[in-house]
Amino acid sequence: MLEIKGISKTFNVGTVNEKQALNHLSLTLNDGDFCTIIGGNGAGKSTMLNAIAGVWPVDEGQILIDGQDVTKLPEHKRAKFLGRVFQDPMNGTAASMGIEENLALALRRGSRRTLRPGIRSQERKLYRDLLSKLGLGLETRLTSKVGLLSGGQRQALTLLMATLERPKLLLLDEHTAALDPKTARKVLDLTQEFVEEQNLTALMVTHNMKDAIAMGNRLIMMHEGRIIYDVSGEEKKKLTVDDLLKKFSEVSGEEFANDRMMLAN
Amino acid sequence: MLEMFTITELTKLFNALPGAVAQGLIWGIMAIGVYITYRVLDIADLTVDGSLGTGGAVCIMLMLTGHNVWVSMLGALLAGMLAGMVTGILHTFMGIPAILSGILTQLGLYSVNLKIMGKANQAINVDKFDLLVSLRFIRGVPIYKNTILLVAVIVVILIAILYWFFGTELGCSLRATGCNDKMARAQGINAGFNRVLGLMLSNGLVAFSGALLSQYQGFADVNMGRGAIVIGLAAVIIGEAVFGKIFHNFALKLLSVALGSIVYYLVYQAVIWRGIDTDLLKILSAVVVAIFLAIPYWKSRYFTKPVKKGGNK
Repeated sequence: MLEIKGISKTFNVGTVNEKQALNHLSLTLNDGDFCTIIGGNGAGKSTMLNAIAGVWPVDEGQILIDGQDVTKLPEHKRAKFLGRVFQDPMNGTAASMGIEENLALALRRGSRRTLRPGIRSQERKLYRDLLSKLGLGLETRLTSKVGLLSGGQRQALTLLMATLERPKLLLLDEHTAALDPKTARKVLDLTQEFVEEQNLTALMVTHNMKDAIAMGNRLIMMHEGRIIYDVSGEEKKKLTVDDLLKKFSEVSGEEFANDRMMLAN
Repeated sequence: MLEMFTITELTKLFNALPGAVAQGLIWGIMAIGVYITYRVLDIADLTVDGSLGTGGAVCIMLMLTGHNVWVSMLGALLAGMLAGMVTGILHTFMGIPAILSGILTQLGLYSVNLKIMGKANQAINVDKFDLLVSLRFIRGVPIYKNTILLVAVIVVILIAILYWFFGTELGCSLRATGCNDKMARAQGINAGFNRVLGLMLSNGLVAFSGALLSQYQGFADVNMGRGAIVIGLAAVIIGEAVFGKIFHNFALKLLSVALGSIVYYLVYQAVIWRGIDTDLLKILSAVVVAIFLAIPYWKSRYFTKPVKKGGNK
């Protein structure tokens, strides 16, 4: 489903802040893979997701989604294949627009925006049904401005928007990191539910090792812009947090330098 | 209070009011254009100082060369859209910050406007040409020729078209672009294209307003757009301050901008009537707009309760 062939990206070339964020990284995801990504600060986790989404062009390498080379496609054209949820709940929705308007925008992801009505009345029933499945009481607030919602509600809505039009690949970039533990749990449960229900292929960056182990069928660990550990199936199920920490120091030769990740356990 | 002014002075004011309303309505169309960039797209577009004059120049020159008034106004609209497109391309394709893009286009348009007119000022005779609006058509003309009524109808039609447009798929995507660029792109919206489109739409309206204004005053002038952005912002801000609490629908918000513009010109007229030096009007406008723009900032900085920091993570 996703093929990344040796992509590299260096930011701030030629300055003191020069940073190679991706270093000849390759990754192949099979159809239906739900892959969690862990790694220290600056390991390149978010950068990889942004490279796939096309936020900026990569320096070298190739990205294929479902066999189609998207390396040169601009961000808005790649969106056809991708559902995205960001770390900051403010980023995934349009605050000054209503809940139903946001959903209507998401329903039209990948199709041309025409002069037909931005939202049709028969869509509202679909939205109401889907929103009630979130269990957040949003189904009665279709016309409320999204800016009035809490971070958790916005994140759940963004998740719904990302999967409303089935994406070939779902990109989750620490999408629960800004939420309180209870809300984060809720959004993770919804994530699991959506991925299973639609049998989605997904990449989820997380700072919580327990979640990384518990969710999905595959886990990759990143360090200095490349993948240093890739585990799936039965082997992944048996993993413990200690295993991961050991693996990290073994492969990288360093202690796991991410306070947030340590504290989260 | 009333005894302070003689009856003739008061009559003078009342006689001036319809003109102020007409002017306010015409500038209101420009202000609606400013609203589209400033509020919907979240861009402060300074192109308008130039494109207003372009609209006036194109309209007057087309009419002077024998074109029908509607054709001339359509020409002005298209010229304005072209100006907006230039700013849009400077901003999106060439990566120049929006404010600077607008300033560059505005500066360039000064030369363009001079070239269109061949000189700094072109007059049009209301008796010899079939003008749609004029300051002579305020009183003593048949109702269907009345400038206030005509412009009011035009404003209502424009608001209806814009209301329809911003409810379409494309219009919604334009609003999303202005609200959250990142989200827009993630939802497959071509944010750059939408910005150019929004700037074209806005400057088309501004130039259309310029076309009406030049007919109304009987001439087009290379300086007629100077400070237009400030008047537009003033109208947007006054409209929001006066009607913001009661008008929530998008069409009504646009209407409140037009009404804000009328209020601006009524105040302007009253200021002139009180005999205040008209040289000071521009600085007065600038100060008022500056204060109103500062209010949201002051509110958030000095009048909000501190939020508890920290919590769970």
